[in-house]
Amino acid sequence: MNEPADTLAQLENASKRYGPVLALDSVDLQVRRGEVLALLGPNGAGKTTAIGLLLGLLRPDSGSALLFGQAPQALAARRRLGAMLQTGGVPDTLAAGELLALFRSYYPRPLTIADSVAMSGIGELLQVRYGRLSGGQQRRVQFALAICGRPDILFLDEPTTGLDPAARETLWKTIRQLAAGGCAVVLTTHYLEEAEALADRVSVLARGRIVASGSVAQIRARVSQRRVRCVSRLSAEIIADWPEVRSVTRDGERMEIVTDAAEAVVRQLLFEDSGLSELEVRRAGLAEAFVEITREAA
Amino acid sequence: MNTLLENHTLEGGSEASTLLSSYLLEARFEFLRVLRTPAFAVPTLLFPPLFYLLFGLLLNRNSANASHYLFATYSVFGVMAPALFGFGVGIAIERERGWLSLKNVAPMPPGAYLLAKMAMAGLFALIIYLVLATMAFALGGVRLDAWQWLLLGVITFSGVLPFCALGLMIGSRANASGAPALVNLIYLPMAFLSGLWMPLNLLPDIIGRMAPLWPAYHLSQLALATIGRGDGSSVLPHVAALMAFTVVCFAIARRWLARAA
Repeated sequence: MNEPADTLAQLENASKRYGPVLALDSVDLQVRRGEVLALLGPNGAGKTTAIGLLLGLLRPDSGSALLFGQAPQALAARRRLGAMLQTGGVPDTLAAGELLALFRSYYPRPLTIADSVAMSGIGELLQVRYGRLSGGQQRRVQFALAICGRPDILFLDEPTTGLDPAARETLWKTIRQLAAGGCAVVLTTHYLEEAEALADRVSVLARGRIVASGSVAQIRARVSQRRVRCVSRLSAEIIADWPEVRSVTRDGERMEIVTDAAEAVVRQLLFEDSGLSELEVRRAGLAEAFVEITREAA
Repeated sequence: MNTLLENHTLEGGSEASTLLSSYLLEARFEFLRVLRTPAFAVPTLLFPPLFYLLFGLLLNRNSANASHYLFATYSVFGVMAPALFGFGVGIAIERERGWLSLKNVAPMPPGAYLLAKMAMAGLFALIIYLVLATMAFALGGVRLDAWQWLLLGVITFSGVLPFCALGLMIGSRANASGAPALVNLIYLPMAFLSGLWMPLNLLPDIIGRMAPLWPAYHLSQLALATIGRGDGSSVLPHVAALMAFTVVCFAIARRWLARAA
């Protein structure tokens, strides 16, 4: 469906080693115009390293990283990209509006201030110094800095960590709007619902390798585990012996059961303990599920 | 990191105005950032004039020698802090916190970052010099020709360069928590060993013989020669020493920064 010319950024057989740790192991990755690609994986899986290579902050030990067909360090390439790093490092002493003015000046045809502000929801923060903002507000300012240059490709390393739901909704809306306008978006996240809400394509990293890649639906199908939480008088040892139960942990009277067959486990729980309360069923976090997948693969 | 020190040629005039506004904003915000950090700005601006008031004027009342000598050397002392702290501590913090990474990912014009910090250091050094000059004239009976006042201003403004380079070297290696201690460890002893607080001939001989190792000594010799209090020898070796020191520190910092990338 996509022409090769639509590939804006790519890793080709890229490896990166930190001392004895192989952070990235022969990874191939393409980012195409107008798509939202979610990079998922547990901490230490290599997400930030992969982004660091594409941004030119790191150089691969072998293989290659290309941005718009050239080295990511090239000024011409950087003029077309926006990024929100995990460690923002923004100086506390400058006001949000000053930071925005500075970053807009770096780009040849930036968004207007009004657009940058509206798209990141920082209207009421412009006069406030960065150090006095809450964590979520700081993330929004970093997002504004990432999009103000009207990028063709946008890298977001865990963009919504610490955001309240309304601010997250604003960011999601802007990300969809940018992608619809042809901007490629690469985002890393711990949140399955974020990937579900935004991503056209998901790549899962674990231990430096891509272990799964595909549409959200395809990836979801591989995540079968769920967590059942409840307050129950049943003993953890007995439940652990049930079929389909992977693990049980008890914290006081609360219990958490990890299972591949939540429905069967819940049915059994209710059957055996009529006094059971505060029942809750959740899909296991993607990150944890993929730790499991790689453990099985190893 | 790697783009920080690379040279860059302009591609077409249409970009020149964008570029200029980047440089200006960078410098303006660097200055604001420092002013809004009172823990840095206040001692940097206050200490040289206070020391001069105390040691140059009050404790050495009626000594024209002291008020002249210390005017020149405290001007050099005023050069050191903004350059060493602005670069050494500032860059260490911004490198460690990731601000430098973010700016290197964004198409910040190469050089804007360093130029802004140099301009800030030069401006602070100049402000300190103006305060000291006012005190020296009004309270210390220091009378100089116009060209001497002017040349001393030029020396303090451009004298930040070797200390910027030294600070850059520290900032490209030291971590954010260690950098202030390291800078203090260099700053205060070097000021003393270079004879900025009292003339070298009042200090043990060994200190005087080691003094040519320190850039602050060479800069103070230029300042003293300007007001006619030098040792009468040529100033050229001092200029050469300062330039060599700057180039070497800059080259080392460039290597270290490139390796960090």
